[in-house]
This record gives sequence, C-alpha cells and structure tokens, in this order.
Amino acid sequence: MADKKIVIRVAEILIDELKLEDVTPQTFEPEVDLIDELGIDSMDLTTVVLVLQDEYGITIDEDDYPKLKNVKLIAEYIEEKLKDK
Amino acid sequence: MNTVSSLLDNEWYERYKRISKLNIRSSIYDVTNNCNLRCKGCFFFSSDEHKKSPDEPDIRKWEEFVEKEKQRGVNLAILIGGEPTLYLDRIEAFYKRLPTYCATNGIIKVPRDRFPDMMVGISVWGDEEDEKLLRGRDTFSISRKNYAGDPYTYYLYTITPKQIGKIERIIKKIADVGLKVHMQLLSNDEGVDGFSWKEQELSDLRKEMDDMLDRYPDTVISSKYYHEIITTGKMLGRTFGWSECPSVTKPLDKRNPQPKRLIEFIRWAADLKTMHRCCTSETRDCSTCKDGAAHMSWVMVNKRAHLRSTKDLQNWIEVYEMFAKLYKFIPW
Repeated sequence: MADKKIVIRVAEILIDELKLEDVTPQTFEPEVDLIDELGIDSMDLTTVVLVLQDEYGITIDEDDYPKLKNVKLIAEYIEEKLKDK
Repeated sequence: MNTVSSLLDNEWYERYKRISKLNIRSSIYDVTNNCNLRCKGCFFFSSDEHKKSPDEPDIRKWEEFVEKEKQRGVNLAILIGGEPTLYLDRIEAFYKRLPTYCATNGIIKVPRDRFPDMMVGISVWGDEEDEKLLRGRDTFSISRKNYAGDPYTYYLYTITPKQIGKIERIIKKIADVGLKVHMQLLSNDEGVDGFSWKEQELSDLRKEMDDMLDRYPDTVISSKYYHEIITTGKMLGRTFGWSECPSVTKPLDKRNPQPKRLIEFIRWAADLKTMHRCCTSETRDCSTCKDGAAHMSWVMVNKRAHLRSTKDLQNWIEVYEMFAKLYKFIPW
C-alpha cells in the first residue's frame, strides 16, 4: 500500500510539470496507466523524474522507467528508495 | 481529465492498442554521397552535404557501426543518400541487423533474393515532364518496370506546385503496377522557378490529396489529418518550424526549451562519424520545410496534446498508423 502523502505529491508534480487539466491531486486516479491512458512519453517522464529526484533526494535509473507505470507504482518505488537511503 | 479509453469507442481503442506498443526508434543514415542522378531541389546536393564527409569504404566498419546503433536502441534504419542502391553491401549491413527501409530513385532494382522483405520507397517527382525537368530523366517509367507488383515497395510521391490537378494520373499509374503511394510536398531548396508554394496552391492541393485518398484507398497510404498538417504547417494551433521540429539530431539539439522530439534520433553521414543537423538539409528554412516524415513525426511525438478530444486522438491514431504502415510495422 503506497503512502497517501507520496501518492498525492506525485500526482501534484505530474499535474504541475505536465500541465494536466481538469484534474486535482485528490481526483487523480492513482492506477491509471500514464503512458497508455494519458499519453505521457519518456520525455514527460524524464521531466517528472528530475523533480522527484530533487524532492526526495533519490536517484531514479532510466532502466527503472518501465516500472513507473502509474502514480501508485511511482509512490511505491519512491518508498522503496527512501528505505534504502 | 481525458484518458485514451474515455475518448475512444472499442473499435478505435483496438486500433490504438495495436500501435501504442510499437515504440519506434528510428535514425537516418546516408549510405553514400554518390548518386546516379542530380535532381534540382534535392536537399542533399543543394546544401553541399555530399561534400561534408567522405564515404566510409570499409564494410566491416559499417557492420560494427550498425551493431552499435542497435545497442543504442534504434529499431528502424532509414537509409538515404546519395543513392543507397549503388552500395548494396552497405544496405546489407543494416538489413541483416535491423528493420530497414531504403529510399531509392528506383533506377537500380534491389535484388529480392538478397533483400526479400526490405521496405523500399521509390521517389517520384511528378509526371514525365517534371521528372525530366527536375531530375534529368524520366525515372518513373524505369522504376515502375523494376518494381511492378513488389509487396514491399511504395512510391514516395513528392508533389510540386505544377502537379496540382494532375495527381490522379500518377496515382493511377502506380495503382496499375500494383504498388502503393505516399504523398509529400517539394521543398524548393534551390528556388527552381515555378516550384515554390503559394497559399492557394496548398489549399487546392490539400483537397486533391483528400480526394485521392477517398478514391484510391487501396493505393494511397495517407491520412487527411496529415494532409492538413503538411499543407498548412499547423497542428493544434501551433506552427511547424525549428522550435517545433521533432527530427533534429539529438546530440546537436541545443534548443531550449526542448520540444517533443524523436527519442535518440540521429542522422548520420556516410563516414559514420559526422552527424547532420536534422532529417533534411541544415541550409533549409525550417519555416517553409515540407518534409513529410518530419511533419508526421511532429504529430506522433505529440500524443498527449491530441487527448483534447475524440477527433484529435483519432487523427493522431491515423497518422501513427500511416507511419507504421510505411515502415511495415503493421500491414498495409
């Protein structure tokens, strides 16, 4: 179960960085597929990853991008990285 | 917030699913600086790109180079030149390792026993008169004989302003020999008199291209949205140009802000070391560039922008399907 605070913050970053409309961090469906359903591409993901790395002080390898399919999985990934710190 | 599945019905969603996993990563390779023609308006020669670097003559270096390109993630090699078919061993270095597309003027036939399913795109610039004027000879007649009925070949028809009202004649001839055709527009790089586009001509051409697609759906590989983009230079209210072009060589792309672009795209010169700025010549004015591949890539890399409405997303799917068909990632 992903930490709710991280889920909300990841959604907020996605909305801000990608200028997503008609959605708030609270209404962002955490399991919606970012690539297949929202059309987010690797350039978008790189933009978001840079912010996440700064925010949480973690490193996200490009090889791990395929794991970052939705907000919930991103939040869980961050949690794991924070545990390893 | 719009999502793909909220915008599409089942039929369109299935079409979307078919292309959404393709993840095409193309790069372009000048196979040689030599050509058996010298066409007026050919960006390669008009910009002196053929003088920038020598051909790499050692075939082993080509093979090693392609291996490295494969490791770089390239999954579509687009071979141009010069005339690639002058050096079949270099083409083979790609074909044995990667999905390969070979652009050619069609004068030399690619031997199908050696390249059984390689995609071939033959350039045609108009009817016999235009071909003789711009290319020095009527290559269209030669290439039709060489490739009649070939299931892995299509014509890349570069339409000039002088072709308006006469496109059907060319399309029919292509249909008659059992081949497909994709249309793009001449960028008059050498300023040949009468071959620069006027606004009304572009508008007329768009209607004619739409009409050809409606009337020859089994021959013409295209989409009406592509016709709109290529003739207006506009997409979703944005204007094509240097700040928007997706087909800029990655290591040379210092634009800030970075637009949506082709991932890791590079256009390599025939020395296998030099990189060219983009998919066409660096002397070209990007604001008047009519390059078909650059415009369709412009649409393809902007998927998220097309999630505004059902119609926008359907347009995006049609352009992506067109690209995937042209490079045989999906059937015709």
